[in-house]
Amino acid sequence: MQISLLLEMAADAFPDRLAVIGEEGSFSLAEMSARVRAAAVLFAEQPADTVVYLGLNGASFPTALFASAVAGKPFAPLNYRLPDVDLRKLLARTSPSVAVVDDDMLSRVENVEGVTFIGRTAFEAACGDAARREKAMSDRESDIAVLLFTSGTTGEPKAAVLRHHHLSSYVISTVDFMGADEEEGALVSVPPYHIAAISAIMTNIYGGRRIVYLPIFTPEAWVDAAVKQRITHAMVVPTMLGRILDVLDSRGIGLPHLRALSYGGGRMPQPVIERAMALMPHVDFVNAYGLTETSSTISVLGPDDHRIAMTSQDPAVRRRLGSVGRPLPILEIEIRDPEGNVLPRGEAGEVYVRGEQIAGEYLHKKVIQDDGWFATNDAGWIDEDGFLFVEGRLDDVIVRGGENISPGEIEDVLRSHADVADVAVFGLPDDQWGERVACVVVPRSKDVTAELLSAWVKTHLRSTKVPETWEFRDELPYNDLGKLLRRVLKAELSAGQGLQAA
Amino acid sequence: MELRPGSRWKGVGGAEFVVVRPPKQVKSLQSGGHPVQPAADAANSGMEPEASLSDVLAVGKRYSDDVSGLELLVSKAGKGTLTVDGRVMALKETKALPASD
Repeated sequence: MQISLLLEMAADAFPDRLAVIGEEGSFSLAEMSARVRAAAVLFAEQPADTVVYLGLNGASFPTALFASAVAGKPFAPLNYRLPDVDLRKLLARTSPSVAVVDDDMLSRVENVEGVTFIGRTAFEAACGDAARREKAMSDRESDIAVLLFTSGTTGEPKAAVLRHHHLSSYVISTVDFMGADEEEGALVSVPPYHIAAISAIMTNIYGGRRIVYLPIFTPEAWVDAAVKQRITHAMVVPTMLGRILDVLDSRGIGLPHLRALSYGGGRMPQPVIERAMALMPHVDFVNAYGLTETSSTISVLGPDDHRIAMTSQDPAVRRRLGSVGRPLPILEIEIRDPEGNVLPRGEAGEVYVRGEQIAGEYLHKKVIQDDGWFATNDAGWIDEDGFLFVEGRLDDVIVRGGENISPGEIEDVLRSHADVADVAVFGLPDDQWGERVACVVVPRSKDVTAELLSAWVKTHLRSTKVPETWEFRDELPYNDLGKLLRRVLKAELSAGQGLQAA
Repeated sequence: MELRPGSRWKGVGGAEFVVVRPPKQVKSLQSGGHPVQPAADAANSGMEPEASLSDVLAVGKRYSDDVSGLELLVSKAGKGTLTVDGRVMALKETKALPASD
């Protein structure tokens, strides 16, 4: 089923409902549908196999996504934060293509062979073009809906393939058609090249919830928009949440309209979610875990799970606040050892998933197994009641003398120390143990020392988990989606030996 | 008949459907007691759903048939109970997730 049908159904059923608010204006479902028709005609006119989107968030983005589907061409949003040279390389890989580009980004990319460029202003004009809107055009069928380029920190970026049936299967089986009431509005601030931005379009349109776009995330702009637009729903990555809470604190305000806040895309530090829940007890918090290759969410820690864990005296229940909840009922999840054997509850291994929404495919390379199972490359385990704990990328797990050590657990302990502003834990090569635990701390006070923090970790965790290598810095490397770049630190510290030992 | 995934069909009562899961084998798919037509070229037959098969089909509802494996999504509302080789298709409950995107 083509994803364009999701919008068509919504626009047929509730034409006047407000669908998208961006800097371009406010558009009803019927108006979005008309824009999409015009844009699809525009795309079909181009000598292009793929539609590229290079720009900030706004109404152009969902318009271009659905119009690509109608025109039967894959939609590829690109990361505008990449250096120009890398961007041009990616654009060349999409050739022959048509690229919708923010006006002020055009000069960064023009003259790539086989790519037709359309500025955002020209694109918006085309969306309103009466002749194109009236031109009859039936959906052209295609398999591939979206191509998302991975961040490429380990080599050339790979293009993850999401087919129409993966995305539509996720939407129609997890969202009540037009289930939202007319008050509901979702604030979307994740950038267009993130899977969460793609799924936000489809689930909110199909659910009947208007989308309010922040062109680009800043915590101040987020809070302003949430207040002004009476936002009821939002999705944020963990680093965004901490900064939003700081703004709310400093302004001394709450968000009375906000009903639900979901988060994902990285590990949420427990102190941050606890602070958020204390500050906004009326809000339903949802932790959603998923990957690009799985069409977004595969496991959810729901509002009740949050409240039960937060108030529980039982440590096993309490720690579920650090879990990603339970798998969607439409999926299967298994934990396996390196040989592929399924592990029992409580044992850590690699997270595997199977289901209709699982794409598990890159352009020219299928990574899903013949029996449908997809290896996530995430380390994790499942507790007695079926809650999934994700410990991070498999490559980040530290193997010290045969013991698997999760960096996240040690980071959580260190972050709970008053003198620690931020911290990264990772493994370094070690002659005796294979790997040893290393950490880089961003201190809040000058008085903090490795000895002090070692003692702190020792009171909370087994002694094998106490870092043996310590370094103090002013800041840690993050990518623009708020993912901590442990790999970068690992490479730097492996290169420069002779560090301060505890 | 061939019910490809993504193919769209129309019943005599005006309802439209899209195949979200193809069946193993199906001889006839009917709505309101009459065969469905491809949505793109469905002419107005002037026929009405039979009185005993005139359930209202709401947009966004999914119907499935365990025997053949067929699953449909109603993409346009209308009347006309869905049947596969004489078997009435069952309404499938959506287990809606808390909003996560």
